[in-house]
Amino acid sequence: MFVIHCPYCGKREQSEFKAGGEAHIVRPKQPTELSDDQWAEYLFMRKNIKGVQFERWVHAHGCRKWFNMVRDTSNDEIKAIYKMGEKPPRKL
Amino acid sequence: MTNNLRVKSSKFIDETYKISFKFNNKTYYGYKGDTLASALLANNIHLVGRSFKYHRPRGIMTAGSEEPNAIVQLHKNTSRTEPNVRATEIEIYEGLEASSQNCWPSVNFDLGGINNFLSPVLPAGFYYKTFMWPASFWEKYEYFIRKSAGLGKSPTEPDPDIYEHKYIHCDVLIIGAGISGIVAAKTSAKNGFKTLLVDEKPHLGGSTIYQNSEHFKINNQISSSWLEKEINEIKKIDNLEIKTRTSVAAFHGYNFLLARENLTDHLPLHQRNEKVRHRLLKIRAKKVISATGSLERPLVFDNNDRPGILLSSAIEKYSNLFGVACGQKNVLFTNNDSAYETAISLFQKGINVEAIIDNREEVDSKLVKEIEKNNIKIYKGYTVVNTFGYKKINKISIMQLSKDGQKVVGSKISIDCDCLGMSGGWTPAVHLFTQSGGKLKFRDDDQVFIPNKYPSDQISIGSCNGEFTLDEILTGISKKLKDFLNIKKTDYENLEIQSHFNKTKRNIWLLPSDKIIGKTKPFVDYQNDTTAKDIKLALREGFRSIEHVKRYTTTGMGTDQGKLGNMHALGIISETAGSRMGELGTTTFRPPYTPLTFGTIVGRNVGEYFDVFRKTPIHDWHVENKAKFENVGQWKRAWFYPKENESMHEAVQRESKAARDSAGILDASTLGKIDIQGTDASEFLNRVYTNAWSKLAIGKCRYGLMLNEDGMVYDDGVTTRLDENHYIMTTTTGGAATVLGKLEDYLQTEWPELDVYLTSVTDHYATISVCGPNSKKIVSKVIPEIDLSDEKFPHMSFKNAKIDKVKCRVMRISFTGEQSYEINVQANYGKSVWDKCMQAGKEFNITPYGTETMHLLRAEKGFIIVGQDTDATMTPIDLQMDWIISKKKYDFIGKRSLYRSDTIREDRKQLIGLVTENPKEVLEEGAQIVADANKSPVEMLGHITSSYYSPNLEKSIALGVVKGGKNMIGRKLIIPMENKQIKVTVTDPVFLDKENKRLNA
Repeated sequence: MFVIHCPYCGKREQSEFKAGGEAHIVRPKQPTELSDDQWAEYLFMRKNIKGVQFERWVHAHGCRKWFNMVRDTSNDEIKAIYKMGEKPPRKL
Repeated sequence: MTNNLRVKSSKFIDETYKISFKFNNKTYYGYKGDTLASALLANNIHLVGRSFKYHRPRGIMTAGSEEPNAIVQLHKNTSRTEPNVRATEIEIYEGLEASSQNCWPSVNFDLGGINNFLSPVLPAGFYYKTFMWPASFWEKYEYFIRKSAGLGKSPTEPDPDIYEHKYIHCDVLIIGAGISGIVAAKTSAKNGFKTLLVDEKPHLGGSTIYQNSEHFKINNQISSSWLEKEINEIKKIDNLEIKTRTSVAAFHGYNFLLARENLTDHLPLHQRNEKVRHRLLKIRAKKVISATGSLERPLVFDNNDRPGILLSSAIEKYSNLFGVACGQKNVLFTNNDSAYETAISLFQKGINVEAIIDNREEVDSKLVKEIEKNNIKIYKGYTVVNTFGYKKINKISIMQLSKDGQKVVGSKISIDCDCLGMSGGWTPAVHLFTQSGGKLKFRDDDQVFIPNKYPSDQISIGSCNGEFTLDEILTGISKKLKDFLNIKKTDYENLEIQSHFNKTKRNIWLLPSDKIIGKTKPFVDYQNDTTAKDIKLALREGFRSIEHVKRYTTTGMGTDQGKLGNMHALGIISETAGSRMGELGTTTFRPPYTPLTFGTIVGRNVGEYFDVFRKTPIHDWHVENKAKFENVGQWKRAWFYPKENESMHEAVQRESKAARDSAGILDASTLGKIDIQGTDASEFLNRVYTNAWSKLAIGKCRYGLMLNEDGMVYDDGVTTRLDENHYIMTTTTGGAATVLGKLEDYLQTEWPELDVYLTSVTDHYATISVCGPNSKKIVSKVIPEIDLSDEKFPHMSFKNAKIDKVKCRVMRISFTGEQSYEINVQANYGKSVWDKCMQAGKEFNITPYGTETMHLLRAEKGFIIVGQDTDATMTPIDLQMDWIISKKKYDFIGKRSLYRSDTIREDRKQLIGLVTENPKEVLEEGAQIVADANKSPVEMLGHITSSYYSPNLEKSIALGVVKGGKNMIGRKLIIPMENKQIKVTVTDPVFLDKENKRLNA
């Protein structure tokens, strides 16, 4: 079980958090302009890699804030945590 | 033969404290400090159980948690009885009752023993191979196989003991209180780290503490004396917590560990009352030092499983720690120096050692020399080829090993004995290390896996790190601890160590025999009766992966998880397959290291504390009025209110009729309520609901449907505009938390520019719904200040009001199709307003109704329940709710998905109504809907989602989903049941009051 550093509350047990899938997938501004394939790309396609993955997490049993997390799925090492809207750190 | 093999007093045994206990219904005596195993051995009992498959007699093999054979059933009491307790771990107490497992009628005469003679026809995979044909017979075989499967009996009554969980945070956790653990603990604690030291045994000091040999000295003191002083010192350190009888079960990532602290299992029964039995420790440690030690390996040769055959180190422990001789004519069989340590210990205590059989041809350490000096015969370069004695070993035969160790040469020599100790070297206990994600490497010199890469802030020290001798352990420990703890100095910088242990070893995984392998029984996994022959058979049949061989032969799958035999299985596989041992890897070590009781895992979360449940402010009234409850999410909701001897059906019919004929009252407090405020609140609702919200006037309510981005219906409910920038949204009872979570997600991550604030107010309000033709009269009595006329307060509108001095929100909204009013008051006034409504409604026979009636009433009206009539594959169009999709809005969640190629298919399952040909016949929810039941295969068109007998329509009604159902109104379909086919007709899903006359009356 991880210890996650919530950017608003500090270090907490993983059980307080919920994972929300891949990060940096922006909802299209004009969905109606998209073809079925383009929409499907947004809707369904998610990475599931062994290695460094960008994820969304929420401090569900805490401040309820969403944030981004960079995690190596092969060893669960958390490489970075940053707020929503912020860019991932260049060096990981 | 004497019955007492207690040889010489041991300081770990209190001979003034005699304890009586029962084993297989016979009374024996032992002393305080004894384990069940040591007490049995002192009474000359080796035969403790029968093996799993062949029912072979088995005895005590080890003196620790790795024991595969001596597992017993503890207690006779049906609530406390416990199977698979290791006799080597359980400390005896007054009143202990244990019995053998896996034997009938008794351990001495076991009918299952016939399997031993059938063994040639019971190879690995026997069950898979035999009981597959014919396939349809499995159900018949299964009954008999299940009967013979499993070890021991589980309790039949609830566990009366108390268990609990505890969180511990520490700077440094040290697992194992052997010599390395003690040294680490003292160093860590003295440098100011908050330190926790745990060990599974009742005493500290591991195996060093009972060694009493001149051959092992530290600073010129015998190692045990030196260690004893260290232990006395650490007991005085404040920031060091020591927990014995505490076994680490799991080592997870981020240094999160689970340990079981055993608090009462060693106490006499009468001292256990009201005490916590086991405590599950949830440990979060900044740093972890594993000092888990190592396990001695058995040797694999023909009939290596007889009672009286033990690990050599176990014999030493029984003699030194418990003062018990395992036999009077001991023979030791070894491939390394360890057995000589045992021999010297036995010799010192006056226990007879007949001979030592050593695989090695050349041995000349000081330990060996001392044995030779005492005229104990050593057979160098020999191996045991067979053992004799059914219930207890009485003879072995040995032969000389060839130079390459592949076969035996020369003639057989027989040696009489009553106890055989074996030592195949040592296996580091790396189980916890690998659980944490650590990677191992294989050391070819002595054929061991040792820690290589650490996944977290941890180290392994001592013999779990492959440092087996006293000098290896202690010379490097100081530097290791300094580096790991980042400290400058330790008390162990310049220790003077004397260790006469020679490390040479002759490792042969499967020892050769004069017989062919098919005629021998060299056991690898004792508990599951896996022999080397089974492993070779698996390889012949094409299994290569160690994980597959394990499952096929069941090696390592017993309650001991193969702590003894797994290395041999690996060795035999790699030798047979011709691969290098290190390349094969190991099987996965999974938690728990030793079995946990269910009580430990569950802790206090039993009975009513198993799960949290939520009660409405009116809950007590429902209880007093004999409501039956149903679980909805975490809520307890009143389901129906049976009067006298009413059945559920009768109660629901009565309630449903009353609600339409006069008045009904429902506790709707569980509905999710989300308070939405902010200047962009209307825009926000536009984006999350399918319909338009900008034009909703203040004081008006609107029903909304919420989709997922994939276009499927997610939730529904009525939202009311309380003010320009203030709405209150209701959600389904079960969906409240997830809906709020989803809305927050969009708000924070997709639309952070919107000025909107969401607050869950579900628990803040009690919601009372009064419905029926007389509801207006009742509500006007309760809240006289509101003008309830249809002009002033029409359907789908809202008013603030006061009941006495209490503010309330009244909405005229309806889930039943009847005129109805929802009164929301601050939760703590809920009960009193409910009482007022009941009082006011008395003259109209106001009838409380539960969720079942609510469901029936809404089904009459064709209103859906999200999650019952929908299942995450239904779009609003599938539900025939096209009217709720705004054509004008540019976007809302899920809009684009509503015209994907898949969602516009005409043959999607669509919601329809169904009526039965026989109006009395009520359909089963979940039943299949078909057009032609005689076609093969039958084409499944859909299924029934809701079904009731409607007392108001006096007929059976149902909702269902059917492929292309929208265009099938009037079609006759069939519901095929087990014994009959029910004829139904497709109808519109609205059965009652299509014109909404009742709503607006």
